[in-house]
Amino acid sequence: MAIAALSFYVFAFITLFAAVNVIFARNPVHSVLFLILSFFSSAGLFVLMGAEFLAMVLVIVYVGAVAVLFLFVVMMLDVEVVASRKGVARYASVGGLVGGLLLVELVLIVGGRVGGLPNQTAAPVLPIPEMAERTNTQALGDVLYTDYILLFQTAGMILLVAMVGAIVLTLRKRSGVKRQNIQKQTLRTIDEAVELKKVEPGSGL
Amino acid sequence: MSTARAISQLFLWELVKGLGLTLKYMFFKKRVTINYPYEKGAISPRFRGEHALRRYPSGEERCIACKLCEAICPAQAITIEAEPREDGQRRTTRYDIDMTKCIYCGYCQEACPVDAIVQGPNFEFATETREELYYNKDKLLANGDRWETEIAQNIALDAAYR
Amino acid sequence: MVDIVKFLINPFGTMIGGILMLLVPILIGVAYYTYAERRVIAAAQLRKGPNVVGPFGLLQPFADAVKLLFKETIVPAGSSRFVFIIAPMLTFVLAMVAWAVIPVGEGGWFADGPWVIADINVGVLYLFAISSMGVYGIIMAGWASNSKYPFIGALRSAAQMVSYEVSMGLIIVSVIVCVGSFNLSDVVRAQKDLWYVIPHFPLFIVFFVSILAETNRAPFDLPEGESEIVAGFFLEYSSMSFALFFLGEYANMLLMCAITTVLFLGGWYAPFDVAWLTWIPGVIWFALKVCLLAFVFLWVRATVPRYRYDQLMRLGWKIFLPFTLFWVIATAGVLVAFGWLPNA
Repeated sequence: MAIAALSFYVFAFITLFAAVNVIFARNPVHSVLFLILSFFSSAGLFVLMGAEFLAMVLVIVYVGAVAVLFLFVVMMLDVEVVASRKGVARYASVGGLVGGLLLVELVLIVGGRVGGLPNQTAAPVLPIPEMAERTNTQALGDVLYTDYILLFQTAGMILLVAMVGAIVLTLRKRSGVKRQNIQKQTLRTIDEAVELKKVEPGSGL
Repeated sequence: MSTARAISQLFLWELVKGLGLTLKYMFFKKRVTINYPYEKGAISPRFRGEHALRRYPSGEERCIACKLCEAICPAQAITIEAEPREDGQRRTTRYDIDMTKCIYCGYCQEACPVDAIVQGPNFEFATETREELYYNKDKLLANGDRWETEIAQNIALDAAYR
Repeated sequence: MVDIVKFLINPFGTMIGGILMLLVPILIGVAYYTYAERRVIAAAQLRKGPNVVGPFGLLQPFADAVKLLFKETIVPAGSSRFVFIIAPMLTFVLAMVAWAVIPVGEGGWFADGPWVIADINVGVLYLFAISSMGVYGIIMAGWASNSKYPFIGALRSAAQMVSYEVSMGLIIVSVIVCVGSFNLSDVVRAQKDLWYVIPHFPLFIVFFVSILAETNRAPFDLPEGESEIVAGFFLEYSSMSFALFFLGEYANMLLMCAITTVLFLGGWYAPFDVAWLTWIPGVIWFALKVCLLAFVFLWVRATVPRYRYDQLMRLGWKIFLPFTLFWVIATAGVLVAFGWLPNA
């Protein structure tokens, strides 16, 4: 258990350290890299909780796909470090307010669990299946594809619509662009492509 | 599009054919590379390699200091100084070739009336310093002694075409 | 009893012992894979390849390693120093770490279960997560070099790896649907009687092409693209940091071959259930299969010219993605229709 506790503190520390650095790093690319580090160590925390499926999905989806696109965009932008520092004083109050609200909410939730608010103690405890006989992949699948099938599929549809929308918005047909038709090219035979002609000397074609 | 083509395209037949060709090269073709420092390719008798000054069989040097090679050298790599010897014969006191200037055109050996300066078959005379490439008369004569067999054979082989 | 034997083999503890027993052969394999590549490409081009250092040139990889070790590490001016140094380490570490879940054999005299360091429930997802992290080594290297060719190479590579991971994911889903478990040892055990390469043959081809793209190998080596962007993302690297990239790339290739072996070629099982074939230990069969696939990597490199960027994207998104999606649905449909679903 000592190793598990140690791992928890290591992962938790790295997560917090990285999260703080996301905000305070001067270079936006470094910010994104710290964000990735924080995702990754959160995945470690998930593993410690026995939620290995969620941990892997976090890495695959957020680290492997979402953050790559983030990094792409940020790398392409030519952000001036000095310019981005200018607005700090102006937005500090709004940011502080939002942050403070989030902190209060977090304290309420966590405090509710630990301290035991009156209406929370009576909350039904979800039956946790034995780890040995059911992997959490199966458990998730059972819930996701039965009770929550509608929500799950709706979420999928929304993402699909968003994707189609993005493509429709950015796709434009330009005239005068030469396009390659690979199918047509590969289907060309030698007979169609080459014509052999016998040219008599001095007569030309 | 014929059915045969459709099927061959579906099964990536052209790709398979290409892979088959490389496999054939890998296993059933003779290697064309030679193992250079240990094996060497054949070179022509006319090959223009490192320079050498030849001697007559008697041991007398051939060069008579006519300076035709010096005159014809397009890169002006050859420097000759001449003086009569004790026995009154005209010989060179200095015969230098700057190998870093030489363009290996072979005009010197064609100009030579006595077949003294020749370009031998040796091409492995790379050095670590530039100075080693400023050949003097001793070096050229030593080359001639070292490669005489090959040079003589090459001249004999090429004689019919001169 | 087994634990005692394990302990005798390695007094440092079985975990570290297992890791060493896996990593040392892999590192040697990677070193010799670079040698094999040079020999195979040479053979296809009717050359001899390295044959001077040691008998048949067998010491060449070590000569190269020593040479690289003694070279100077150059960090370009204006580069992001920390990211620049960390990128090759990340690539190399990820290529090694993924081996933790690959089962290379089963049973025998020193293990009861499969020969694997971490026999975890979500092995397939773990592999997928690690391989999706691999792109960061390349992006970080390209960005930190502060140079245009590495940057272009990194962008190409990132787009390419993200694109092909999608179809790879769907292919893995098809296989997993047939197995009913994310555990890689279970994936192999499910193929005891019938390797998945037979029912899923088109999928095997698509997967192999995808791993070529995923490891940035010819004909999809645009991130390196020698003729246009010089060497791509590791252009600015030298010495040991370059060696780490190089080793990481080759370790990744071997890893991908191992994954293909596990998913499609029946892992440690002999091709036929014949007595004299099954006498050969499973780990040898596994190694043979990995070697065969690794050879095909080189064979393809010797044959096919490089894809253009738009052709690469077209292949990934317009051909592989619809095809693999169709195959997932078809597989699931067949399994349900005939009642062959595992765990049902």
